Amino acid sequence: MATHRIQITVNGEAKEGQVESRLLLVHFLRENLRLTGTHIGCDTSHCGACTVLLDGQPVKSCTFLAVQADGHQITTVEGLEQNGKLHPVQEGFWEKHGLQCGFCTPGMMLTSCALLNRNRNPSEAEIREAISGNLCRCTGYVNIVKAVQYAAEKLQKEEAHA
Amino acid sequence: MAGSDPRPFNVLGKPLRRVDALGKVTGDTRFADDFAMPGMLYLKLSRSTVPHARIAAIDVSRALAVDGVRAVLTGKDFPVPFGILPVSQDEHALCLDKVRFVGDPVAAVVATEELIAEEAAALIGVTYEPLTTIASPEEALRVPEPRIHDYGDGGNVHKAVAFDFGDVPAALASAHLVVEDWFFYQGNTHLALEQHAALAYLGTDERLTIVSSTQTPHYVHRAAAKVLGVPASRIRVIAPPQGGGFGGKTDPFNHEIVAAKAAMITGRPVKIALTREEVFYCHRGRHPVLMHMRTGVDRAGHIVGHSIETLLDGGAYGSYGVASTFYTGALETVTYRIDRYRFRGCRTFTNKPPCGPKRGHGTPQPRFGLEVHIDKICEKLGLDPAQWRIDNALAEGSLTANWLKVRTIGLVPCVEAVVAASGWKERFRKLGRGRGLGIAASSYLCGAGLPIYWNEMPHSGVQLLLDRSGSVTAFCGAAEVGQGSDNVLAALVAEVLGIDILDVKVVTGDTALGPVDLGSYSSRVTLMMGNAAVEAAQRARDRLADAAGLGIPLERIAFGGSRVFDASDPEKGISFAEAVQRAEAKGGTVGTIGSYRPPKAPGHYKGAGVGPSPSYSYSAAVIEVAVEESTGIVRVEKVWIAHDIGRAINPVLVRGQVEGSVYMALGEALMEEQAFRRLPPRLSGALVHQTPSMLEYKSLATLDMPAVETILIENPEPNGPFGAKEVGQGPLLPVPPALANAVYDAVRVRVDEVPITPEKVLAALRSSSARFGPSKFPAVSWPEALIVPPPWEGGDGNAINEPKRRERPERRRAEVAKP
Repeated sequence: MATHRIQITVNGEAKEGQVESRLLLVHFLRENLRLTGTHIGCDTSHCGACTVLLDGQPVKSCTFLAVQADGHQITTVEGLEQNGKLHPVQEGFWEKHGLQCGFCTPGMMLTSCALLNRNRNPSEAEIREAISGNLCRCTGYVNIVKAVQYAAEKLQKEEAHA
Repeated sequence: MAGSDPRPFNVLGKPLRRVDALGKVTGDTRFADDFAMPGMLYLKLSRSTVPHARIAAIDVSRALAVDGVRAVLTGKDFPVPFGILPVSQDEHALCLDKVRFVGDPVAAVVATEELIAEEAAALIGVTYEPLTTIASPEEALRVPEPRIHDYGDGGNVHKAVAFDFGDVPAALASAHLVVEDWFFYQGNTHLALEQHAALAYLGTDERLTIVSSTQTPHYVHRAAAKVLGVPASRIRVIAPPQGGGFGGKTDPFNHEIVAAKAAMITGRPVKIALTREEVFYCHRGRHPVLMHMRTGVDRAGHIVGHSIETLLDGGAYGSYGVASTFYTGALETVTYRIDRYRFRGCRTFTNKPPCGPKRGHGTPQPRFGLEVHIDKICEKLGLDPAQWRIDNALAEGSLTANWLKVRTIGLVPCVEAVVAASGWKERFRKLGRGRGLGIAASSYLCGAGLPIYWNEMPHSGVQLLLDRSGSVTAFCGAAEVGQGSDNVLAALVAEVLGIDILDVKVVTGDTALGPVDLGSYSSRVTLMMGNAAVEAAQRARDRLADAAGLGIPLERIAFGGSRVFDASDPEKGISFAEAVQRAEAKGGTVGTIGSYRPPKAPGHYKGAGVGPSPSYSYSAAVIEVAVEESTGIVRVEKVWIAHDIGRAINPVLVRGQVEGSVYMALGEALMEEQAFRRLPPRLSGALVHQTPSMLEYKSLATLDMPAVETILIENPEPNGPFGAKEVGQGPLLPVPPALANAVYDAVRVRVDEVPITPEKVLAALRSSSARFGPSKFPAVSWPEALIVPPPWEGGDGNAINEPKRRERPERRRAEVAKP
């Protein structure tokens, strides 16, 4: 099996690896880097539990090869917290009970981050549209929407103060 | 009521953040598949490609020859059978001599890498001698041979039960109106996002440890000891937090036991993570159930006799199926007054993944039937179906026709709440063609009254350790599935001891570190673990009060704000930590225990063990739909739901459970199907799962989920901790029938079948009967019915025609009025 030398910036840190062509990004993150906050829920890119950001765009890492990420920036849930401070999206999911089992939460949060990066003031419909590729079997999405709304308000306030 | 009522509460009723949520937003929470150990090997199962066959030979030589393979296991390594119920020990960790469905595990490969294990598993050659496939319950009844199992109630019938609680045919003969219906509820699966995973290793403590995504570590512990022949005292089962369960992780599973055996053989840690396809084969989900109902009512609509027959498609193994069968009948009586009740239930084996308990376990199917059936009865009598539910609600403290003792009942306030919130009175039957409102109500258990295996021990235990720092550690075997049980434990201990919830550290889901809790199933944890926690905390409180040395009578000592103080003079007191130190100085290390066992049930007939609960929760829902007549597409506009929670320990978590139940119920009602098909003859003709993938198994995404208005009814239950009842399962129940009733209100056709797909709505719209659904129930050779007179017909809770099972003390005949 052919292997490739890849370099990926994961959560701001340069990571290198010699990987097989067939290695999935999610396995590179979970097995090689031991970043287990990215979850596997379906193997078919449907549930979104494995969502990470590739150069700021959400991708489902269970159907994305590690070699495709070569030279790119990846953000996982472990990279959301900055300087010991939770990201507003993390705060929102915590504060608004936007989770029960927490298995979909990392993917939901990263997809929400991508939304908020391009739209600071999304409507409920826009939030639902943005996260429609992420499944949650616990919450009925009610509090997840509230969590994203909380994060949007918080980000707006932070920017108003800045 | 366990737990005094020290208003204002410190913790209860407050929308506090979950104690375990921080790790879930940072990615630090470790689910079973997140564990890894040095030198770990990987396990993969080779699964049957045929639905029903004898295993003639297994050739493992090619797999063994693969570089990196450390061991290959087959059924011969697991001669001892297991199963969750003592009466259905019908599973082998790897198939011994027969396979019973496509996906049944036949062999296992342990290798240094997961991909090597997978590739080697594909090289295992199995020679099968095919047997006739049984694809449906109807086929199972028609084809007694070959038998899928050599036990059960004959042929391919796993279990058949029959009960007469009073003479129902006589009641129907004299009824004002008799309505007859047939319903079908399709099977569906839990689809918890976390796929099952297990890691087993032999520790330096000379113990076999199994880390597994299980809702029932105690039952895995028992099954592993039995199959592996290792003393239970040398096995430790750890259930880390789970990524959802919904009943899908309540059986002991073959992959857990195989991983453990592989660790014993290789001496190395062994890990298995199932794929989504394999999770569809584990299943244990909702049984497909065909139902036949006949109900007689008097002029006012009061039920004088109700009869239900159920036929369950059990799949290939027993699982919880005997209990599921009883549950399709047991809870028909705990919602409305029913004078006489007749129940027949039959579960058949078929060559499909085994069915078991999913949220609501065996009761959403008959609940769907009953609530739609009542809608039709009300229509025939010209009664408002919401008012009927209020008029016919069971009275608090009732004993039902089948001898279930029901205590607090929040049914009427639930119905009134959703009627008011939805504008029912102004809008029902008045929305115009294409839009409709439907209502349904329901009830569910707060834990089963009897344990799964017969014993006199507690169902839940909690142990507290009070540290001189003022922190408290709560140990309990309960499994955190995502429902919030860790939070319930922390909240109740914090409440009783008057401390900050974050000062309670919980240690749960570990058979070596906490007292037994039977597991996260049957909505039992809040009530049972909760009562044990309150008892342990009250004992700790007593010790602290006794040693506080405040020089005041004990009854004046109060706990709150992390202080122990004089209730009449709050300034006078000491810190909670100081109180622990004084107690430790006076009487030694401060540790207490609490445990809980449900009250004895009044029914004594064989089968009376399924249905009793310390308490029943109640729910009611109104649903508004828009139905497009050209396509049959049903759009859910809004759901109003009220739930009788007794008391909300944390209202935000309770609402989350209610909304999650509504979501899961809408999936079942509209689209989810665990369906099967036969491959074309050129591809073997095998019976296979139609969609063992999330891509095709449809469930609701954000855009499908309607607005939900949740109303909590708080009426404290004396048997619950501070009055709390369950919320994990009950609120699912009224949703599918309310949806079906709303579709009728919109377009005046009945879809007597779940899921209510556009195709079925269209078929009903085009049918002369304005209906889609089954119209017959096959002949079942029922056993002789047990005749159990209802309490008000002079019964004593025993069957009058039952052979004496064991010596029972003489009981006084109950003088009980009809509820």
